[in-house]
Amino acid sequence: MNQNILEMRDITKTFPGVKALQNVNLSVARGEIHAICGENGAGKSTLMNVLSGVYPHGSYEGDIVFEDGVVTFGDIRDSERSGIVIIHQELALSPYLSIAENIFLGNEQQKNGWIDWQKTNLEAAKLLARVGLKDNPVTKISDIGVGKQQLVEIAKALSKEVKLLILDEPTAALNDEDSAHLLDLMRHLKEQGITSIIISHKLNEIKAIADSVTILRDGRTIETLDLKTQAVSEERIIKGMVGRDLESRYPDRTPKIGDEILRIEDWTVHHPQESSRVVIDNAHLNVRAGEVVGIAGLMGAGRTELAMSVFGRSYGAGISGRVYMHGKEVKTHTVRQAIDHGIAYATEDRKKYGLNLLEDIKRNISAAALGKLAKNGWVDGGKEIVVADEYRKSMNIKAPSVSSLTGKLSGGNQQKVVLSKWMFADPEVLILDEPTRGIDVGAKYEIYTIINKLAAQGKAIIVISSELPELLGICDRIYALSAGRITGEVAIKDANPEILMQYMTQEKE
Amino acid sequence: MASINEAIGFLASRLRQIGIFIALLVIVILFQVLTGGALLQPNNVSNIIVQNSYILILAIGMVMVIIAGHIDLSVGSVAAFVGAMTGVMIQSWDFPWWAAILGGLVVGALVGAWQGYWIAFVRIPAFIVTLAGMLIFRGLTQIVLGSRQITPFPTEYRALGGGFLPDPSGGTSYLEWVTVGLGVLATLFLVVGQMRQRAARVKLNVEDEPLAWFITKLAFMAVLILGVTYLLSSFRGTPIVLVVLGALVVVYSAVMNRSVFGRHIYAIGGNLHAAELSGIKTKWVDFYLFVNIGVLSALAGIVFTGRLNSAGPGAGNLFELDAIAAAFIGGAAVQGGIGTITGAITGGLIMGVLNNGMSLMGVGTDYQQFIKGMVLLIAVAFDVMNKRRAARSSK
Repeated sequence: MNQNILEMRDITKTFPGVKALQNVNLSVARGEIHAICGENGAGKSTLMNVLSGVYPHGSYEGDIVFEDGVVTFGDIRDSERSGIVIIHQELALSPYLSIAENIFLGNEQQKNGWIDWQKTNLEAAKLLARVGLKDNPVTKISDIGVGKQQLVEIAKALSKEVKLLILDEPTAALNDEDSAHLLDLMRHLKEQGITSIIISHKLNEIKAIADSVTILRDGRTIETLDLKTQAVSEERIIKGMVGRDLESRYPDRTPKIGDEILRIEDWTVHHPQESSRVVIDNAHLNVRAGEVVGIAGLMGAGRTELAMSVFGRSYGAGISGRVYMHGKEVKTHTVRQAIDHGIAYATEDRKKYGLNLLEDIKRNISAAALGKLAKNGWVDGGKEIVVADEYRKSMNIKAPSVSSLTGKLSGGNQQKVVLSKWMFADPEVLILDEPTRGIDVGAKYEIYTIINKLAAQGKAIIVISSELPELLGICDRIYALSAGRITGEVAIKDANPEILMQYMTQEKE
Repeated sequence: MASINEAIGFLASRLRQIGIFIALLVIVILFQVLTGGALLQPNNVSNIIVQNSYILILAIGMVMVIIAGHIDLSVGSVAAFVGAMTGVMIQSWDFPWWAAILGGLVVGALVGAWQGYWIAFVRIPAFIVTLAGMLIFRGLTQIVLGSRQITPFPTEYRALGGGFLPDPSGGTSYLEWVTVGLGVLATLFLVVGQMRQRAARVKLNVEDEPLAWFITKLAFMAVLILGVTYLLSSFRGTPIVLVVLGALVVVYSAVMNRSVFGRHIYAIGGNLHAAELSGIKTKWVDFYLFVNIGVLSALAGIVFTGRLNSAGPGAGNLFELDAIAAAFIGGAAVQGGIGTITGAITGGLIMGVLNNGMSLMGVGTDYQQFIKGMVLLIAVAFDVMNKRRAARSSK
């Protein structure tokens, strides 16, 4: 028996005009957890799509050796039959079906064409126990959180007798607690003999869990590092990914903090459907000119809900409290009012809430402030191009022109379009919800630089983030949110992960 | 060599837009041959335009609604209702012809406001509201009319649907010069407008259209307009409704491309949430969209009533389906966010030429329905497959 469960040899995949992969080699030892790292566009997803048969045999060059022979997958079902299961970043679960139904979707437990419900639920319960999920198998997917949904996906993979499990950014949407649970589960599966490949941007996770890491850059294999036998620093991995030393992951900044711009008092928000549930409980916060203020909180703490309720009451019902700009109370009952008072909110989910992916860069950039380009209701198309092109250059949006569709850009470049859109609206307060989610290290650095530049212009910035190091790296002050209440406010000189985590998990007395 | 590749790449990216023009052209040539030249006889060309004018008017409103992610099933009933109401205004209330037309448009706007209210502010899906509207306004048409037909209508009213621009020579000259003048003006307007736009894009360095293609396209369009001008002027001149339609196309294309309102329609159809979070008043945009299609339905109803010189309870039946088909054949996306006015017009013309050509050949309505259905299916299937291919190659 071969010691390597998987060997991909000299894989080359060409798209019209682009070589997405060039002689990529990947060897995964049996029973290990193998990480794949690389900036966005480095070819990680393409490589996994080649492996799982999304790009069928014949559409690429090179060989895939799985277990003991060369395999030629025609589609995803072929690879799943061989025991390779890929779990994508965007989960593929049907929200209105139960956990058990989702697990056996396409693989129904049946007797002569009729579903055997008893067996379905019983087998599902066994699989759920293996992934450490205690929920009832008949619970609807829409009723459980993202973290648990991720576990259901893994249970689904286990039901297919998986030998090689591929996880694409599994913790991108998870909070720290759920992430930790997922990593534990991966170790557990490893003990059961399941080999895993994990694609992740989170280097601390990779260091914590992976046995080896393969780094891709620009469609080529750069190196494979053994993490078990040698000490490899995060900086070392980053160097491989970006091809240069990143002296610091967070650009330096000397804060110049001025007068208060935004203040929120007694802010209480109820759940839009269940009006008795308090989502935000009597929150107070403020932010000053030139200041970067962080909001830390676990998933479900109400971070996005707080931001969106302030931003034109886009979330929630039964909202009470006051919003002040420059010490004067203002109405922000609609998004338009909020924008007109100088508040902007860049969403955490840019594809769902931030961009029109069917439109090009310039039309997305102008969307929130089209009035600035219009006279009597008619848009000045020439001016729009000039403005958008300035942003394309200053924000370093990598696209052939401002007429490129945003749907075709990478995550980092899409995020820069979202930021450009709000910069063009020229707000005084910018609320950035997870501004670096799902984007690679190099682009993150650029986003931080942009944030610093905006602060230096005297804007007030609020950053919501799941990653504590990020908040600690860029903020001047951090609020901690727990179960809808602001449980702590820490100046950066006093802040550290432990103290923040303590506030973030503080229960109501 | 590089420029050829570039040109091919450009054409591929515009495949859908170019494809539909080519499809129209192929269909025209096909029927010209099959009917032994009858299709492009001057009187028949004039007929095609007049016969399809009300569907094309509806298609303009429909494609806008579809771009925003809605649908309107009520346009046929609304057209019938407005036709009936103008009849009542003229015959029972003694309105002059112009007041009846104006009144009809106001009725259309009110109908649109009614439906727009339920769709935009109560948030009932447009499919349901306009399905209800289809029944409501068909019912109202029959209530207003009883079981009678209202006829005749004043000559001025009928001119909108079936009339021609006056011929100052009294029909003695070989070519009617008002039409020739209009055709030449339209061509100049097109050429100068396109060249100015191109110059602006070149100046901003965003032009990706190869010059050779631009010239070919422009020359083709100029020949097309002048050809139609020639044919029309050797029959009875310019149908009045063609002037109306031309104005609508120019104005609405500009609205969709260059006005804030038009941009907001695309934004809503492309991503409703993002539009809302960008401060766009999405409810009001939806509301005005339905007011707009109400007015256009009214106009279509008036044109239709004028052409038939009668308002009947069964008028406008199934117009909605032709208008929807025109929008989708013209490249509108089922999920919204994508579509153009000119596309919908071309789609409507494809349906119109198919109808007319098959009728000339004596093909029965049974086969006509079958073929039109297949054309719709193939056009949308082509779209879907094209999109899938594009998505795969960009991965």
